[in-house]
Amino acid sequence: MFSVTVNDITKVYGKEKLVAVDRVSFSVNKGELFGLIGPDGAGKTSIFRMLTTLLLPDSGSATVNGYDIVKDYRLIRNTVGYMPGKFSLYQDLTVEENLHFFATVFGTGIQENYQLIKDIYVQIEPFKNRRAGKLSGGMKQKLALCCALIHKPTVLFLDEPTTGVDPVSRKEFWEMLKRLKAQGISIVVSTPYMDEADLCDRIALIQAGKILSVETPENIKAGYGDTLFAVKSANMYRLLETLKNYDKALSSYAFGEYAHVSLNDNKIHAGDIKQFLAGRNIQEAEVIPAAVTIEDCFIKFLKN
Amino acid sequence: MSDTVIIADKLTKKFGDFIATNQISFEVYKGEIFGFLGANGAGKTTAMRMLCGLSVPSAGKATIAGFDIYKQTEQIKRKIGYMSQKFSLYEDLTVLENIRFFGGIYGLGYKELKDKSEQLIEKLGMHNQTKKLVAELPLGWKQKLAFSVAVLHDPAIVFLDEPTGGVDPVTRRQFWELIYEAANRGVTVFVTTHYMDEAEYCNRISIMVDGKIEALDTPVNLKKAFNAASIDDVFYQLARGAKRIE
Repeated sequence: MFSVTVNDITKVYGKEKLVAVDRVSFSVNKGELFGLIGPDGAGKTSIFRMLTTLLLPDSGSATVNGYDIVKDYRLIRNTVGYMPGKFSLYQDLTVEENLHFFATVFGTGIQENYQLIKDIYVQIEPFKNRRAGKLSGGMKQKLALCCALIHKPTVLFLDEPTTGVDPVSRKEFWEMLKRLKAQGISIVVSTPYMDEADLCDRIALIQAGKILSVETPENIKAGYGDTLFAVKSANMYRLLETLKNYDKALSSYAFGEYAHVSLNDNKIHAGDIKQFLAGRNIQEAEVIPAAVTIEDCFIKFLKN
Repeated sequence: MSDTVIIADKLTKKFGDFIATNQISFEVYKGEIFGFLGANGAGKTTAMRMLCGLSVPSAGKATIAGFDIYKQTEQIKRKIGYMSQKFSLYEDLTVLENIRFFGGIYGLGYKELKDKSEQLIEKLGMHNQTKKLVAELPLGWKQKLAFSVAVLHDPAIVFLDEPTGGVDPVTRRQFWELIYEAANRGVTVFVTTHYMDEAEYCNRISIMVDGKIEALDTPVNLKKAFNAASIDDVFYQLARGAKRIE
């Protein structure tokens, strides 16, 4: 049973015919935590807005909970929760008033579904009389999530909920998502942070309106194909500049405290890379096999 | 002048009873890439505004490129560059207009501005984009251009406030190459980021929690000291105990 199906959906904007979403297809299983992973301008928000019936596709079709996003838009609006990337609650209403407002709009009350938001709401409850516009970023994010959940949606759409949020709050946010998923809610979430991809059941990598891959994070990494080494030396800038001249490498780029070097020749070993660097006056470089991450896969997709 | 370009000594900023930045002390050296990390609400922005001469401290001392942050804020502003993700370029001016505008603000002469604009456009390979409005550029280009404009007047220090948010992984690395290059030329880079892998690219990093600097060292030493596999772990150990809700 699918919560979301998307078939060849396309969205074109303006006179310049800018293709924001280019024949995108994927589906989300019931109870799945599905990630749309890609940078700004990849088309993530346009996809969200079409699936939440706020924007009409130019071609293609999609369903949410089995309802058609064009014909059955009213039915969809009652059953989904949407947290836009831009803070969209009423700034001049208090925390409690916002929550009450959104509950009432959906014909329910705060009490009916309080269980669902309790974990999150208790964190902002001390500020329930504060106007939403006066909240800090992290608190706004929590309030927005409460408002998106208060009518007990079956599918939750979260557009970049963790952008600009510090790593600790990001971890907490993903813990909340796991708990919501455990209650059977299907979640579609977008993020530009590649490390968050591993927290999803399946992900779609997306760039310039096109889907590069739809898979489990494990399978995407398993399908990487090339050999990857991590290299470290005292001066990162010099190391990167030098590695650019290593013609055996497919690509080389900074990766945390290491540089990653990818090769498609499994006859080349760590010792060969060391030798190359030693020949260019970089002595005692550390070269070790590297575990492939989603970010490495994304970089490879982008370079092809 | 010594090679220490930022000296902060018990720098403090209070808003009423709230101590946003609480007696922070540190030094940053010439050509260093210094990562200024902290949770949302830890006091990073307040500290940065003081260092840029935009906000008067409540207590403590600091000098930026040798200038006092109480008395010589105008000199400081001429010696620094600033870029943030939220604001850096005028969207409704063209690429060239932006370069000229910021160059002019920083007091570059006509000839100097002309030469530097050409160099910059050459380096970024933007010959065909000079007459385009900045609004029409992809985000990655905007950020590379914004950084180049921020260092156009050869500042002693460039402050970067979350410069790479939302950019794809390849562009993010191209951006860091510009940072490395600038540091290699002797520009000091003071950068905040929420990407913990970028923290590893810095020579040294500080981590702020509830207004105080709780850790300051090279990424390697911090990982050792906290027995952590990554800076992400170090950050988590320090910041999860934060009292300030954000």
